[in-house]
Amino acid sequence: MNDKITSALKVPETKADDKPIVEVAGLCKWFGDFCALFDINFSVNSGEKVVVCGPSGSGKSTLIRCLNQLEEHQLGTIRIDGREVKPGMKGIEEIRRDVGMVFQSFNLFPHLSVLDNLTIGPIRNRGMSKSEAAEMAMELLDRVHISEQASKYPMQLSGGQQQRVAIARALCMRPKIMLFDEPTSALDPEMISGVLDVMVELAEDGMTMLCVTHEMGFARQVGDRVIFMDDAEIVETADPESFFNNPETERAKIFLSQLLSH
Amino acid sequence: MAATDQTLTRERPKATISLSQTARTSLQVLQAIIIFSILAWVSYRGAQAMEYNWQWYRVPRFFYRIIDGEIIWGPLVLGFIETLRLAGVSIIFAVLIGFVTAFARLSNSFAGKWIATIYLEAIRNTPLLVQLFLFYFVLAPIFGMDRFWAGVLCLSFFEGSFASEIIRGGIIGVSRDQYEASDAIGLTPYDKYTKIIIPQSLPLILPPLTGLIISLIKHSAIVSVIAVSELTTAGMNLISETFMAFEIWFIVAGIYLALTVTLSAGVSLFERQLEKGKH
Repeated sequence: MNDKITSALKVPETKADDKPIVEVAGLCKWFGDFCALFDINFSVNSGEKVVVCGPSGSGKSTLIRCLNQLEEHQLGTIRIDGREVKPGMKGIEEIRRDVGMVFQSFNLFPHLSVLDNLTIGPIRNRGMSKSEAAEMAMELLDRVHISEQASKYPMQLSGGQQQRVAIARALCMRPKIMLFDEPTSALDPEMISGVLDVMVELAEDGMTMLCVTHEMGFARQVGDRVIFMDDAEIVETADPESFFNNPETERAKIFLSQLLSH
Repeated sequence: MAATDQTLTRERPKATISLSQTARTSLQVLQAIIIFSILAWVSYRGAQAMEYNWQWYRVPRFFYRIIDGEIIWGPLVLGFIETLRLAGVSIIFAVLIGFVTAFARLSNSFAGKWIATIYLEAIRNTPLLVQLFLFYFVLAPIFGMDRFWAGVLCLSFFEGSFASEIIRGGIIGVSRDQYEASDAIGLTPYDKYTKIIIPQSLPLILPPLTGLIISLIKHSAIVSVIAVSELTTAGMNLISETFMAFEIWFIVAGIYLALTVTLSAGVSLFERQLEKGKH
């Protein structure tokens, strides 16, 4: 394996309070007249793992989709690694390449093999050669424990396997931060742990992560902070232990009791 | 009914040939034979009643003649080649026009949408024959086109308007998730469409587009009115020389049929290739 690929696999080793990768200030977003996000302020430092949770419809997904402009916001500022992200901006592709995203429904490209799903980004965006990209992709597939499926098509894999391929595809762009949008919500129960294991390993390797998830075990294990959202606002920010054991706000208490009631 | 003395295993039971199935199949074959026999008999009696003098023996020389050991291609073969050329060039232009118009309608550009919509409405709401006369008598002298190119452009713009709706439908048919996934890994709009969206819309576009290509081949006969020397023109010329209207029109129709059937069979084969190994 040559040096270029080794460096591609290595996540930058930085301290958790090094520098902000994501800075959000006064972010507001409306769908028509419906306010989906209201006055959101937070930042994620390099190497930090932040978990976003809250009831459905509270704006969690909209929030992380605004970060790479899959949704356009109307007010406030978003900075990714120091660069401001604006609706309709030129060169948004450059920023998106630094932001890995994993979707709830995997969104793999069904007409491409698993390997091609991974290599299309590096080949088209980073000008990598085919063999170089394939070598890196195989390393990443190995990292998500699925390298034996490289030549298959997405439809031939289970949901859990597809989601791990999706994680590897995002990693292929060597992102500075990974966004997860409820990565385990669409999975059968027996598939969830495989995906969470990969995410935990990724966190242990020092990746900066922003996860929308209701997996409390995962949040406790790797989360540095929990952001609790309700009704388009950030209601509470705390470290996982204190959030799950003693939530401060009434709304968080109600949400957690509903989460635990079954 | 499962026999009670057999033990049920997880192995799938072997298929047995049932007698009633065989009987049913033979009955259907018999039915088909009877129907076709009746049809053949009716046609034969009809032709006899007309007292038409069939001269099929004269037909081969319309395809080719051998003079001094050299093959001279007849008017039907030359006309067929011209039809292939005409339809082939028109198909390429029609698909190109279709893609450009589809993307113009899907774009955010006000001018693009506007021009595309006017083009579509104008072409689809006027007769093809009138368009052909416009191309041949108005546009061709202005731009110095010969009759072949006037025919090609007329067919391309006519079928292109239908192609654009087929292509637009196929592109809209690809799920939003795929656009988002392409955006999320930072693909440029060009890569997004050429590598992700269009390849996935092909299975949606190809079947109706085949129908369109077949109708283009059939519509190409209309350029005989501006005397492009294609298959239909060749047939008309032969009839005015030989008065063998029945034989020649049957053969001309047969050649169009053979061409379009071969084409749709080829496309189904290609579609099956596309699907292979993905599911």
